[in-house]
This record gives sequence, structure tokens and C-alpha cells, in this order.
Amino acid sequence: MDGVAPSIVVNGAVLLPDRSGCLFWPEQRLLIVADMHLEKGSAFAVRGQMLPPYDSAMTLGNLAQVIAFYRPERLLALGDSFHDVRAADRMHDECRTKLLALISPLDMLWITGNHDPEIPPDLPGARHAELTIGPLVFRHEPQAFSRHGEIAGHLHPVAKVVTKKGKLRTRAFVSDATRLVMPAFGAYTGGLNLRDPIIDNLFQSRKFNVHVCGCTRIYAVPQNRLFAD
Amino acid sequence: MVTDLLPPHFADWFSAKGWQPRGHQLALIEKHRQGKSSLLIAPTGAGKTLAGFLPTLIELADRPARNDPRPAGIHTLYISPLKALAVDIERNLEKPIAEMKLPIRVETRTGDTPASRRDRQRRQPPDILLTTPEQVALMVSSKDAESYFDQLQRVIFDELHAITPSKRGDLLSLDFARLRRLSPRLLATGLSATVRDPEELQAWLVGQGDHTPSPRSPGREHGNLADLVVADRDVAAPPLITILETQERLPWSGHTSRHAVKEIYAAIKAHKLTLVFVNTRMQAELIFQLLWTANDENLRIALHHGSLDVNQRRKVESAMGKGLLDAVVCTATLDLGIDWGDVDLVINVGAPKGASRLLQRIGRANHRLDEPSKAILVPSNRFEVLECRAAVDAACSGEQDAAMSRTGALDVLAQHVLGMACTAPFRADDLFGEITSAAPYAHVDRQTFDDVLAFVATGGYALKNYERFAKIRLGIDGQWRASNPRIVQQYRMNIGTIVEATMLKVRFGKPRGGAMLGGRTMGEVEEYFAETMVPGDTFIFAGEVLRFEGIVEDSVLVSRAPPKTDPKVPSYAGGKFPLSTHLAARVRRILSDPASWKNLPPQVSDWLALQQLKSLLPKPGELLVETFPRADRFHLVTYPFEGRLAHQTLGMLLTRRLERARLKPQGFVASDYAISVWGLGDIGQREAHEPGFIAQLFDQDMLGDDLEEWLAESGLMKRTFRTCAVIAGLIERRFPGQEKRSRQVTMSTDLVYDVLRNHEPNHILLRAARADAATGLLDVGRVADMLQRIKGHVVHKPLIRPSPLSVPVLLEIGREPVYGEARDALLEDAAGELMQEVMEN
Repeated sequence: MDGVAPSIVVNGAVLLPDRSGCLFWPEQRLLIVADMHLEKGSAFAVRGQMLPPYDSAMTLGNLAQVIAFYRPERLLALGDSFHDVRAADRMHDECRTKLLALISPLDMLWITGNHDPEIPPDLPGARHAELTIGPLVFRHEPQAFSRHGEIAGHLHPVAKVVTKKGKLRTRAFVSDATRLVMPAFGAYTGGLNLRDPIIDNLFQSRKFNVHVCGCTRIYAVPQNRLFAD
Repeated sequence: MVTDLLPPHFADWFSAKGWQPRGHQLALIEKHRQGKSSLLIAPTGAGKTLAGFLPTLIELADRPARNDPRPAGIHTLYISPLKALAVDIERNLEKPIAEMKLPIRVETRTGDTPASRRDRQRRQPPDILLTTPEQVALMVSSKDAESYFDQLQRVIFDELHAITPSKRGDLLSLDFARLRRLSPRLLATGLSATVRDPEELQAWLVGQGDHTPSPRSPGREHGNLADLVVADRDVAAPPLITILETQERLPWSGHTSRHAVKEIYAAIKAHKLTLVFVNTRMQAELIFQLLWTANDENLRIALHHGSLDVNQRRKVESAMGKGLLDAVVCTATLDLGIDWGDVDLVINVGAPKGASRLLQRIGRANHRLDEPSKAILVPSNRFEVLECRAAVDAACSGEQDAAMSRTGALDVLAQHVLGMACTAPFRADDLFGEITSAAPYAHVDRQTFDDVLAFVATGGYALKNYERFAKIRLGIDGQWRASNPRIVQQYRMNIGTIVEATMLKVRFGKPRGGAMLGGRTMGEVEEYFAETMVPGDTFIFAGEVLRFEGIVEDSVLVSRAPPKTDPKVPSYAGGKFPLSTHLAARVRRILSDPASWKNLPPQVSDWLALQQLKSLLPKPGELLVETFPRADRFHLVTYPFEGRLAHQTLGMLLTRRLERARLKPQGFVASDYAISVWGLGDIGQREAHEPGFIAQLFDQDMLGDDLEEWLAESGLMKRTFRTCAVIAGLIERRFPGQEKRSRQVTMSTDLVYDVLRNHEPNHILLRAARADAATGLLDVGRVADMLQRIKGHVVHKPLIRPSPLSVPVLLEIGREPVYGEARDALLEDAAGELMQEVMEN
């Protein structure tokens, strides 16, 4: 949500990363969010850890903001939109109403993830294990040898950046010309440090671009400023 | 009288040993006969533990044979804060039992006791069970707690003064309240070192509640009290304490005591076994290394601190016991009352921070009471000389630091409430009555208790979304009970109040080449310490300089640094204990009274005299604030003597205020004694134009919005919150092995903290965390007391250059992470230049 946001080009497609963690593809008027993990809080509550029950409301609130800003025609949820297959049953009525209000006016595309192999049946939208649109292929989990315009989530990448002013651990987009891994959009999602070998192995000769989510905008960060936890 | 209280075979045993029963030992027997709980205050070595057990031994020796086929049940529960109960107990309990052939069975239960033995102890309870606070929590929350404890007659709390001022003590007080309910005739005996306010401990030992608290001084009035027994003062010879008068130049700042290593070494050489106490692990590592560098005669010097591998610590302890060592460099891990050997000298490096701690440590030397303990204090800088002087004066007049009167923590209460639901269904009214009988919780109001109950059940959120998943439920019979057996299981896994900062193992290896997981584990460090480092940094651990390679799962991977590498990360070289308020007051008195300077080394008294000449010395009630320009910055330096933690908080708050006053503060630095804030705006000039500006900076209202805003961002607050969340059971403890679950799936407490602050600012866990912040890492309580004290007594001294007193704190500014020799040299150069500046007219 910033006029000067840098763009990322993957397989020829020009994409705009947003500091909220979503990605906008202007040419297709397509907004992409990954790993919302709705109802993660209540999933912990089932097991006796009563985390504050506000995560779904926060995530949907953020989603409403980016939808209002980018005015997309299509919304693509890149998997793990729900923390588990029972998540929708636990969702507070207010959240459910809000979710429906957000996605109903849009052409909704659900990619299934490992946490949500089934999308709640009463929700509108097409379900796909993976989906190709123009030069890009959308799937939840990045594949080791697929480097032809893949947009994936699943890993929840975060970057630890160290500057003279201090340290910051924040969500990040990681990409090269052939593929991109999106950060998690959910309010309660943790993260995988970019220095993890899993990330390295996805990119040719371990070279990748990093865009981190700052408080006011997206920053491109050189690889050598990233640190392990 | 002796014959009255002591049965003949006990009297015989005493005389066979050539002992006289001591007055306090007999007094405890008498109290027990009268059906009274008691607090025994006695110095180390006064036969405290035996005194505690004598009433039990006498009662059990005389008990008639039982006809009842049921097992007799536990008669006495002995609770010690230390898992290593064995040494003292062997001498004080098992020997008398064996030698008098008493029909008494004693067993131990700690976290290390195997399940099979615990089972047996349940079926056939011993007469005396020796255990720890955590095990008591497990036992009173078990299903058979009621039948297990219904015969309990006595409970003995050892080292009570060390347990009560902590969350561990809070939990124990609640479990003790439950024991009182299970066995209404229960009598308690507390054993304690000398404390300033015994009434707090006396109240802790008996049930409160049938008194009306006075509204004028809540928290201070004590309702019911246990009887007090004080061992004769002349039982112990007064300690011989000296302050090392170094022949070297006394440093201006820093905490290494590097200058005194030769003198420390000489003292070790002249004694049989020396304990060298330091305040932090890092200091221990450094002094240990320096002593070995100076060890020309191959003295046997060992290292002992809490981060070392347990086996390594046990080895050192047993070597001490066998007389195989000449000195041990140690931290607080050896503070408490266990005898490890024939210590004849205690050296305290750095400032002792409190008179009570000093006396405890000195008590380690010479456990025979008739001989004086011998101790040498080694101040590591000039301010510490003042502090050591104050501590020696306090110790000689037998003064103690005041314990902070404690309000029970709410996160601990939450844990206990769940535990009580696990043992048996309860009515809220009954449990409320029970928990308010524990002294730390006597003032909890019903609303707060109900909030805690709601938290335990469903998280206690305004948004009622979790009713279906409630951990405890109110039945139609009006009783609360655990929802299912899994909750009980979970509770038992998460019991206790000691939340270690997540510890990471230190081992050799490199992350990329795969962790060399076979690599030797050298010990553990706190996760947050490891997180301050980047690969390539060097630090000192277990006596070696190591290179940080990275963190993999639960391990910090390191490699050996090339020889002669200076460790780069000094960590935190100061004391982790704040200077006690009591000692601080004494230090302020010394400063203000030139007549008392004759007891100080000339290097120090000259420095103070110079301060008098160039600036001024504050009177005891005053706060001196100096302002001066230096190197195109304007400085404000002040000397509250409230300890580093309180000063850090105060520094943050002052910076915020100066920011708002558009004085462009650039930074601040805090030591145990002083704070310096500097910036681009001239604070002194502002005061000249706007008299009272500086006094207003220190106005009490800074603890309002400024504090709240700062807390929101503070990493310390987040860490405090994490501890509360774990204790209260909001998030689970991490167990070894579980760390392997990647961070991707674990829940970050920082996130929970932010969400709570936004949605439920009054949530019970935020209240618990704020209460902790008041006394813990942020020491807000102390800042508040200080602001109150200095109100109307702020003395401003505008200067054109730094004052002598400001030199030590100015030296802390911009301290590069240079270490060791290089750093000290650099600091001394800087000190030389600074003093030059000071001396210029």
C-alpha cells in the first residue's frame, strides 16, 4: 500500500509485494495471500492453550484493508488459509460473516494446502491443488525442481536483518527470476529464517532477492545483511 | 530444663558427642510441645537443621506401637530449595537416627527420583520425606493428596529466607495453605538466616485471614505470626572482613578486577581453601582465566557456575569436599547453605550489592562457629570501593537488607488453581478462603480471584469463543473440576515457577556441514545471549575463547578460536543483582560526610575531595544533577545509586522526556550508581531560562504514560510476559526434544503479547507481567520510590566540563565491544584524558 513499492518480476510477470505480506499482480487484477492460518488460536485452545481469540478477526481485518486498497477482481488464497479442516466450525459467527462479505464479490480461487486439504464446502470459489495463470503457476508448497514461474507459500519466510540501529525479524518475500516464495499473511504465524538451507536449496546457486515487510513499506535487502537466528 | 525437654536417650546422645544442646534447639522442642509454629533465625553452622528435626525425632521415637494396619502416613515434610539436599541431611538427620537406633524411616523425593520409588513412597509413606517445592506442588495436586497428607504433623522449610521472595515461594505458600487444610493440626517450622524483618517470614508460616487488614498500610500489617526463636548472637564469632587495598591503580570503571588478580592469587596461596565469589558467570569465566594465567605454582583452581554441565559441577563439588582443591571461582550457585569443604577464606570480587548476601557468602568460610569467618572484598572500581565500605560497615553492625514485602504473583495463582482442580472438585468460595490464608495472597480481592479462575477456564477473554474448550468447568453441583484427564496430564508437565530463559547447549560444530551432534556439550547459555551474536563473534565460555558459528535447533555451535583471540562479546559485565536500597543509603551517607573518608583508600578520598572542589557532593536526601557540554554534546549526569536496572528504566524515561522537550537526546548510559544522558540540546541552558525544568524532568508523573509507552516496546517486558505466560499455563514449556519442532509452528509469545495489549489491556497476564516489571528486570518500583524520595530535593549544578564523579559513567559511553587487555587499556587512556579535562580550570 505504498506508491513507491518495488516490483518483482517472475517469469516475465510484474508483481507488487505489499508490506502486509500479500502480493498484487496488476495485469491480472489478482491479489494473492498465502498461509492465513485462520483459527490458529482456537486450534491451540482445543489443546488447552487459550491463546487470545482474536487472530482470525485481525487477519481478516488486514485482508479487508488490502482488498480496499488494490480493488482486485480476483483473490487467490495460496493454501493453508485455514489452520485445519475443522477451523471453519470453530470460527466465530462475526468472522464467518466478514469472510463471506470479503470474498463473495470477488472471483475467488482457493489453492489447497497441507493444513487445509479441503476448503469448507459452503464457501464460494474454485478449488485447485495448483493453478496456472499465464506465465505463473500457483501452488502451496514450493517444489524443488520447478523453476518456471512458481509462486508458493508454505515456508513462512522471515528475515533477520541486523543494522547499526538494531535487529529486526520480519516477514519477507524471497524470489529470483523464475520463482517466488511468499510470507505468511496470518496474524499468529511464526516464520522460517531465510538462512535456513531449505531456502537456499530452492534457488540456483543460492542466489535470491529478498523484500522485507517494514512498518511503512517494503524494503529490498541485500543477501549479506541477513542473519541466522 | 534440659531434662524436661530432651528425653534421656537424646540427652545421652548429645553428651556422648561432647555437645551441649543449644538454647534455640531446646526452644524449638518447646514450641512444638506447646502446639506452636515457629521461625528459627540462626547463622550458618549453628545447628539449624538438627534443631529443625529434633521435635520430629523426639515425637517419633516416643510414639506408641500402632495397631492400625494402614501405613502411618508422613509425619514430617522437609522442604529445601536445593535439590542437593543430601550433604547436610546426612550429618544432621541420618547420623542421629542411626546412632540412637530410632525406628524412623527417612526418604527423599526430588525431580530425579524414579517413578517406581515414588510409587512405593505413595503406598508406604516414610516417616520423614525430604523434598523440594516443585515436588510438593505435584503431591498436593495428585488424586490421593487427601489421604497421603492426613497424618502430616510437621513441615520444615529450610532456607526460608531464600524461597519466600520469589515466585517459587508464592507457589509453595499456596501448596502449604492446602496442606494446612488437609491436616488442620499441622505445625510449621521455618529455618532462616538472619533477616531484617522476621515478621514477614513469621506471617508466611501460619494461616492468615481471621484478621482485618489495616487500610492505612496495606501489605505491611501482619495478622497471625509464628513464634520467633533467635539463636544467640554470640554463638558465632563476628566475621573478619577486610577490603583489599590494592597496590595497583584502582580502575575508574569496569568490573573485571583485572588489576587485583596478583593480590587475589597471593591470598589463595596463603590459605587452604578459598572461595572466590563473583556476581556473574562472565566475571567468573574471566577471573578464572586470569588466575590461571597467573598460576605460577600450579595451584588447583576450579570453576563453578550454573551454566556449566551438571557433571562438571558435581566433580568440582566432590573435589572440594575431598580437599583436592585450593580455590574455586564461583557465582551465586554456591551461595546457599551447603558445606562443600573446609573453606578458610572467602574472597568477594566486585561489590557485594547487599549486606545480607555478603554475610551469607562469608558464612561459607569456617563453619565452626567459635572461629571467625575470614573474608576479603575486592572492589573492581572506585565506586565499588564506596559500596564495599558500606557493606563492611553494615555487616559489622549486623545490619541486614530489608526484604521487599511481596505480593503473590497472579500467574502462580493461576497455575495453582488449575492444580487444585486436578486433585479434587472445589467450590470457588472455599478455594478463595484457602488461598487468602497464604500470607502472600492475603490481600487478593474476590474480583481478581474470579478473573484468575476465568483465565484458567477459558483464557478469560472478553470475546467468549472458547467456552467449548474450557479446561475447568463449573458443574451443576457448584464445583469446579478439570474437564478431562489430558488437562491433568498437561498440568503436571508444566508445574513449577522456574522458567529458565530457554537454554541452548553449547557444542562444537558448524551449521552448514551439518551439526556435529556428537560434539561434546560444554554447558548451556541463555537463548537471548546467543541471539545477540552473529557468526564470527567470539566469546568466553567454560574457560575457553569460542567462535560463534550459529544456532541449530537446541544448540549453539561453536569452534575454538585461534590462540590469543580476544573475546569480542563481553556480554554483561556488571552485577545482575541490584545494589540494595539499604546499602545505597549508606553509600550516599559516606559521600556526603568527608569525616568518614578516612576509612577509604587515598585514591578514592582524593577523588571525592576533588569532586567537592569542582562540583559538589549531595547531602543524603538530595539528588545531584550535573549538566555540562562535552565534545559537541550536552550531558546530564545524575547519581541516584539505585542499581543498574532501575537506572536503565529511568534513563529510558528521561530520554523520552528530553525528546518531548525538543532537546534532541542522543543516548544514555546507566551504571549501578549513575546515569548519563546526552544530546544536541543544552539542558543547562534550558534550566537557566526555565528554572525548575530539571526538577520537573524527575517528576513522579513520568511513571504514567511515558512508562506505559515504553513498556509497550521493551524487549524486557516481552521476556517478562513470556515467563508469566508459561507459569500461568497459557503456553507450554518447551521440553528437551520438543525444540526440534521448527519455529515455523511454535507460537511466538511476543505476538500474543502484542495482541493482548491491543485487545485486552487489562488481561490478568498483562497485570501479572506489569507486577513483575515493577520488581524485576525493570525495577519500576524502585524508580517510583526514588522519585518520591527526591521530590523537592533535586540539586542542579551547571558545569563547564565533566565533574570527577561523572568520570566513571562517562567512560561507559560508547563502550566498543573491545575486550580484555585492549579494552582496559583503552578505558584507562580515556580515563587519563578525561581527568585531564576535569582538572583544567
